[in-house]
Amino acid sequence: MKSLKIVVLAKQVPDTRNVGKDAMKADGTVNRAALAAIFNPEDLNALEQALRLKESFPGTTITLLTMGPGRAAEVIREGLYRGADGGVLLTDRAFAGADTLATSYALACAIRKIKDFDIIIAGRQAIDGDTAQVGPQVAEKLSVPQVTYVEEILGLKENKLTVKRRLERGVETVEVPLPCVLTVNSSAPDCRPRNAKALMKYKHARTVTERQDSSDDYITLYNDRPYLDIPEWSVNDIETDIEQLGLSGSPTKVKKIENIVFQAKETMVIRPDDENINSFMKELIDNHTLG
Amino acid sequence: MDNFYLDNPDLRFHLTHPLMKKIVALKERQYADQGKYDFAPVDFEDALDNYDKILEIVGEICATVIGPNADGVDKEGPTLDENGVNYASGTQINLDIIRKAGLMGLTLPREYGGLNFCSVPYTMIADVVSRADASFVNIWGLQDCAETIHEFATDEQKEKYLPRITQGATMAMDLTEPDAGSDLQAVMLKATYNEKEDRWYLNGVKRFITNGDGDIALVLARSEEGSTDGRGLSMFIYDRASKGVTVRRIEHKMGIIGSPTCELVFRNAPAELVGQRRLGLIKYVMSLMNSARLGIAAQSVGIAEAAYREAIAYAREREQFGKPIIKFPAVYEMVSSMKARLDAIRSLLYETTRFVDIYKAYGFIAHENPLTKPEQEEMKRYQKLADIFTPLVKGISSEYCNSMAYDSLQIHGGSGFMKEYPIERIYRDARITTIYEGTTQLQMVAAIRGITTGGYLAAIRDYEMVEIKPELQIYRRTLINLTEEFEETVKMVTVVGDNEYTDFHARRMVEMAANIIMGYMLMHDTNRNHDYWKSLEIFLRIARSENKARAERIRISNINDLGRFKQE
Repeated sequence: MKSLKIVVLAKQVPDTRNVGKDAMKADGTVNRAALAAIFNPEDLNALEQALRLKESFPGTTITLLTMGPGRAAEVIREGLYRGADGGVLLTDRAFAGADTLATSYALACAIRKIKDFDIIIAGRQAIDGDTAQVGPQVAEKLSVPQVTYVEEILGLKENKLTVKRRLERGVETVEVPLPCVLTVNSSAPDCRPRNAKALMKYKHARTVTERQDSSDDYITLYNDRPYLDIPEWSVNDIETDIEQLGLSGSPTKVKKIENIVFQAKETMVIRPDDENINSFMKELIDNHTLG
Repeated sequence: MDNFYLDNPDLRFHLTHPLMKKIVALKERQYADQGKYDFAPVDFEDALDNYDKILEIVGEICATVIGPNADGVDKEGPTLDENGVNYASGTQINLDIIRKAGLMGLTLPREYGGLNFCSVPYTMIADVVSRADASFVNIWGLQDCAETIHEFATDEQKEKYLPRITQGATMAMDLTEPDAGSDLQAVMLKATYNEKEDRWYLNGVKRFITNGDGDIALVLARSEEGSTDGRGLSMFIYDRASKGVTVRRIEHKMGIIGSPTCELVFRNAPAELVGQRRLGLIKYVMSLMNSARLGIAAQSVGIAEAAYREAIAYAREREQFGKPIIKFPAVYEMVSSMKARLDAIRSLLYETTRFVDIYKAYGFIAHENPLTKPEQEEMKRYQKLADIFTPLVKGISSEYCNSMAYDSLQIHGGSGFMKEYPIERIYRDARITTIYEGTTQLQMVAAIRGITTGGYLAAIRDYEMVEIKPELQIYRRTLINLTEEFEETVKMVTVVGDNEYTDFHARRMVEMAANIIMGYMLMHDTNRNHDYWKSLEIFLRIARSENKARAERIRISNINDLGRFKQE
């Protein structure tokens, strides 16, 4: 059986699922300081798919790739605790302010440096932006096929993955040749818990910057245990066209942000007879409230 | 995210007790494993941080998986078919996730794949899991049996069985039989030695066996033909893979429904002897029972925690007469008393666990290197304390857990009697804790030694000597007064010089001692963290009035009571 090289794309996001009253700033942007930073939920679904492949194909290695500020190294550690083999933090001022295009460009450049990969797995979308663009754009930039909305990887035969997609109105089973990009839905199985031994093994894993900043007592450990080093790549470590990074590489401009408060203003009375109920049902289906 | 460890600061408070430094150093042999295993701690802070982080994993699993599954598990229950027991689907999910998290065989040494945890964090996991689902902790907690294999089996047996347990095999402890419940000396299951095959075979019936279809079982059986008492019993390992045992039925129980309680039929079931013949009951079961009792104490504390949380949440939310019912004295007194008693039993639980940890760690060290004289004395001292504190904490915390579940349901009023609220299940789950692993009445029989030998009094005197902040002196004064009352009361009983009379008042005397000990625990807790002050105040009020009532009951008693109460 073939062993695979898998790259999982993961993002640290503000926990928008548990928002308090100070979750938004007055200017309408997300107040990141008020929200806990978490592993993007669908990226955890993606990681679980990778871990399952690793179980089926011994020798498989999983590398996490994340782009973000220094504290995003936590995402790598969380991945290591669950069974990933390593990870890379892509971090540099030059990446700041990136929209999905600039983000996927940077990620694709980093993946080119990782070089050898069979499958790239990412969550469908991140809960802070909900664009679902980064995974597909990475595939385009690397010129490999992509399968979106993945719920389950059914099998691997002769270099082709069979994959189940969960779509709005049903399920689709497709085949895709390797190498490829998959983006995974939240309907896929939840990620497994952190493993006790892996946690104890990797809890001191740090990037160089983290080691410099902390008054860590375990500094001597890093000489004996190279796996505790989380590689940190700056713009100088990967080959890029600097113009395509960060703000300058981001054509997306936020024009306006509105606060929407859901409220029912209009009311409608439907008489309890077949005709009225039928036409109401039809209306709900037509405007996609149902079905 | 919800987390049953992080939302309960009492746990971290006990995890960071000052004595932990000594306990962990003993268990980790001065951190000797760090060169050999990449997950071994390098120092005390590292080890404690490991415990903390792993409890965080457990807390998350309990709040997001095991807790939410509990209601479904209770409704579905395990089932039996020709292949044996099938857990309720929620139980199976719990077990899978616990295995993936690597939380089996926690206390076993690293060479067998364990985490070499000491008892305090292990017991704390049982505490947290019990709050989520008391039935699941039975299946998870039976990994305790592995300790008996670790302590008494041959190296070859350890190599064979312990790695399976750390990889997730479940266990069972097959002791009880239809005619041997509290009295295990009456065990009849027959073990016969086949000389040609150099193998033992088991025949007979076991009843009320928790997780009876587990992968690996410890079985108490009569190996000495013609013997009739405990000295003819030996301990065996039975491997489910050999298919020598059928599950005849699963009991229909009132509570802890998710935990399958089995009747087992052994038909020429192959088995391996553990340790020496004839020591099955008198040595190995005693050791097994002590850790099982501590496990039930932890389960009781976890259930009590759940009962308390349901009570306070409901009392705050339910409005009657235009205000939340927690505003009424009859209700808030119940809620506050629950919290004080919960803090008291939890403190007693971890105190006992620390005693167990110290003497056990010395025991394992002694396997390799002879202990120095002071080490031997220390081991003995802690073993004695563990021996008298274990029945105390099992007896008291299981009784408390029941009365707290009762009060919590009462606070729910009519709604509590309905199936819609978790308290109904918690109330039923609590009920077994005063019964299994030795009834409260048997715990009192075991604990009475602590009264007659002066063991509890000596412990109380030691607690009295601990240095405390000046503002706590007043509580010490109260506890000294309670101790005097206790001593006088005990004398009234012992001076009679009649064992039956001592047994007659055993529970009263043991409970008086327990109240004083728990009072000291809470005083020391308050000394370390002022947050326990309220519980200390409330608990001492309960203790003073309860002890007075018990002392009075003994004062108005005499040996003729035995005749008055005797029934034929």
